[in-house]
Amino acid sequence: MNDGDALAQREIALVDLLDRLLAGGVVITGDLTLRIADVDLVRIDLNALVSSVSAEVPSPFQDLDYEEPA
Amino acid sequence: MNDGGQLLYVYAVTRPFAAALPDAVRALDGEPPALIEHRGLCAAVSRVPAEHFDAAPLRAHLEDLDWLAEVARNHQAVIAALATVGCPVPLRLATVCRDENGVRRLLDSGRARFESAIERLDGRVEWGVKVYAESAPPERAAPAPELTAATGREYLRRRLGQRQNRDRSWQRAGTLSRALHADLCERAEAGRLHPPQSGRLSGAPGENVLNAAYLVPRERSEEFVAAVRERTPQGEDVRVELTGPWAPYSFASGQDDGQDDGQDDGPEGGPGQGES
Repeated sequence: MNDGDALAQREIALVDLLDRLLAGGVVITGDLTLRIADVDLVRIDLNALVSSVSAEVPSPFQDLDYEEPA
Repeated sequence: MNDGGQLLYVYAVTRPFAAALPDAVRALDGEPPALIEHRGLCAAVSRVPAEHFDAAPLRAHLEDLDWLAEVARNHQAVIAALATVGCPVPLRLATVCRDENGVRRLLDSGRARFESAIERLDGRVEWGVKVYAESAPPERAAPAPELTAATGREYLRRRLGQRQNRDRSWQRAGTLSRALHADLCERAEAGRLHPPQSGRLSGAPGENVLNAAYLVPRERSEEFVAAVRERTPQGEDVRVELTGPWAPYSFASGQDDGQDDGQDDGPEGGPGQGES
């Protein structure tokens, strides 16, 4: 069985990656870094990102919900 | 402060290793990642321009999806390369130090956490499991009422029917999610629930009900994958998706909300649930 290999070769969805990179990983804060690895900060920015994607940008993310009726 | 407006982006922390990284791996600067060893730990880093990675420009960049995607994929590629030679403990996206001394202080200040994480994660991989309720949400299924519904009563009747269909699909997906999550937590060393994904961002059809990650010993991956497949229903209105194997991103910080009953915001969190 090569289920694992097959999955590994499929392209990783950005949203799955962001789940892990923005909510996973060790968070270091303090004066040694720029304090930009903070969870809340990144979460807020991601929300802004999502709304900007759906509001105006023609993007790879389909957004059928917001089409005006003909 | 440092040379030429450069900062150091830190991808992961590992034990020092002798093996060579895969040739093809490139960090954000287009070079192989640099390694900074310090008292039994090793940080994989690359130089990045302060004009893009200092706090203010970074904040602006995080709202640019293309930029974020490029950094995220690069970060992931470096972690994947490190995983071929050792046990990288991933750092949160965009962890940036001012210089090499900052990286050494980072290693020192996080030493206990890094060492216990390496111990806990060595030889493990992460699998992602998502459950979707397939029935369309009402705003997608319902055309604009004033154009199609002859009367208010007709409109309400239709909306109620859609809601009932959706509720049934949600209920099945919720029931499956709880059973699946409990079972997979038994099989895994740890489980973690991520917030359900927005369909607007993922583009995936249906409503994401469960978005979980499981920590599994590498050699038991096939068994774990087979268990997920076995429990995937053939029905049309609930869908299960498996992703991985991932480096253990979701478990690097040591949080684990899978083994206790902390499922409050998990599988049953959707609207229309009849249960308390």
